[in-house]
Amino acid sequence: MQALVIAAHGSHLNPDASDPTYVHADTVRETGAFDEVREAFWKEEPHFREVIRTLESDEVFVVPLFISEGYFTEQVIPRELRLEEWNPEKWDSDGTSASQVTLEVGDANKTVHYCGPVGTHDAMTDVIVQRAESVTADPDVGEGVGLAVVGHGTERNENSAKAIEYHTERIRERDRFDEAKALFMDEEPEVDDVTDYFDSDDVVVVPLFIADGYHTQEDIPEDMGLTEDYRLGWDVPSEVDGHRIWYAGAVGTEGLMADVVLERAADAGADIGGALEAVREGVAPTGDGDRGTDPEPSAEMGD
Amino acid sequence: MTATLPAADFEALLEAVDADGTVGFDGLRIDRASDGDGYTLETPDDEWTGLEADDLRDALEPLAAYVTNWRYWQRSVGGEGTARRAFLRWCERAPLELEGDGDEPADADTDHPDHPSVDDPLPVPERYEALREGIDREWGQLCITARLGDDVDEPAGERVYDLWHVDDAASDIADLEIYDDPLEAREIATYDEDGRYRPLKTAPTLPSGWAFTGLSGAELVETVEFVYPATVANWHRERRGELDVDHWVETAERQTGIYDVLDELPREAVEWVAEACCVDSQCLRRREWEYEAGDDLDVDGGDGPFPCREPCSLVVAAARKWTILESEAEHTYELELTTSEYNQLAELIDAVAEGRTDEIREADVNDGANRFRARYLRAKRFDEEGDLEGRRVDD
Repeated sequence: MQALVIAAHGSHLNPDASDPTYVHADTVRETGAFDEVREAFWKEEPHFREVIRTLESDEVFVVPLFISEGYFTEQVIPRELRLEEWNPEKWDSDGTSASQVTLEVGDANKTVHYCGPVGTHDAMTDVIVQRAESVTADPDVGEGVGLAVVGHGTERNENSAKAIEYHTERIRERDRFDEAKALFMDEEPEVDDVTDYFDSDDVVVVPLFIADGYHTQEDIPEDMGLTEDYRLGWDVPSEVDGHRIWYAGAVGTEGLMADVVLERAADAGADIGGALEAVREGVAPTGDGDRGTDPEPSAEMGD
Repeated sequence: MTATLPAADFEALLEAVDADGTVGFDGLRIDRASDGDGYTLETPDDEWTGLEADDLRDALEPLAAYVTNWRYWQRSVGGEGTARRAFLRWCERAPLELEGDGDEPADADTDHPDHPSVDDPLPVPERYEALREGIDREWGQLCITARLGDDVDEPAGERVYDLWHVDDAASDIADLEIYDDPLEAREIATYDEDGRYRPLKTAPTLPSGWAFTGLSGAELVETVEFVYPATVANWHRERRGELDVDHWVETAERQTGIYDVLDELPREAVEWVAEACCVDSQCLRRREWEYEAGDDLDVDGGDGPFPCREPCSLVVAAARKWTILESEAEHTYELELTTSEYNQLAELIDAVAEGRTDEIREADVNDGANRFRARYLRAKRFDEEGDLEGRRVDD
């Protein structure tokens, strides 16, 4: 038997923070690729601390639903899962190349395949592009359009920026969009000045965040000038300094994210049969142009 | 014992006996003689020897419940030694097994003292009689009914499970929202009656008004898992004497990042944390963690049905705040208050701490935590900046 655990942050304050986790877990459940699929959280239940004991499978694939390698994926999750032999060097990663490591777990007789985060997987590039398609409702979006991939910045973790730049570079190499830029909340180049960085009239802005919350639904829309007050919402697209800004909201809510979760587990040796194909066929662009309907702030990121 | 013996179940049982030489389960025991000379059959009430296969079938005919019971547990449920199986057996008051020892009830082993959740296991005939009516169990605020399925397409003896809020035990099912997909339990458990987010799944605030009906055993466990995550696994461990407890000090010292400060919280304050957060009125879990091994907290761990094996993430987050607050020095303040106003401060704190502010009637001005009483006190005692008028006197 094999189990999949999707390890996510969750929130004590905002019930929506765990929505993407549940949605992607359900998508994987429907494929039937795993005997058990379980969500686990830092701030909700089941906690990382107790999730392994709730499983009957001997082989457990843990996929962190996080954007970058860093504090959570290298310290918190392995520690709380009781991966006693864990050491970040086992991932042998330059900050974006962690794949998986196989370990025994301290509180149960099971083998855990601890995977790199979804955010740094190559398939994530496709999700960002898919997000651009969704928000513009244009499956061929690219020509005459600039794409901004937005990250939090390097406040606490230099790998955070690496993940953003990694995907931006991959998108740039595809030559699909006229321009592709990595922008940040807390460092240069800043998302506040998004229009300064693009010549294209149309700019799709995709925040590389897992869940919609305080940053994606309050900070970034206000900083970019999409709205004066996030509570009033914004249009997609919005007119800013002569550019049309197509703001996508958190990429982690895109249906295709389940594909990345499966890819991570498959890379670690999970037998997923035809699950990838099933997910790709089942994913339609969400294209509803999120308008900031969630006024609840999420928990502080990074706690 | 009115049910007839299903042919398929008999064949499966015979096959199992022929494969292993013996089957012993829940009081039913069948052995194939080593010399190949027929079978012996044993129940708590009777014994037969030297039976040929056909005789065995005839002898089992009035014992169909034993056979379908064997089939349900060994073929439908399976999972010997798992928490899922133990929980489902608890649901119908079947004797709880020890791992790898399928035919021995737990209470036969003196190393495993009776667990509070294990009460009067029922032998098969009585259990089947009760299952026809439905056997009710409470799991926190959940009421679980185990009963025999009545779907003709299902094998005989298959169990189905219904699940609802204990407050709805007397409700007409037509008045409840009916569900059959375990995934829908997530939404139910996310909000309380007032639509507020429940970050603590074991808070005693599960809303009522819904029911899951006709769940399979696996679906029941999945549903319970969404309502009360990891409670089945930890109950199972506790019952077997294997619950691993991380006490306060271990948990605090493990923390990093913004929670790194946690181990600086004074021991005395840990008592207050437990009293604030880990009592029956706030959480259905029973606190098993102490300050450290051999150093128990004075605060009672409560009577909750689920063991709590370490401070949860809510307690950790709140304790971080208290660690920071406890690092402040104490001062002496001088306030002008009447005796009643002084008492009113205590009433206000108590009302908020007990979560009873919503219950105080609009016009009940006898209650110090009445909103108008509080607004009056604010109007009288707060300055223009909205601060309580007072003076620190130890500068």
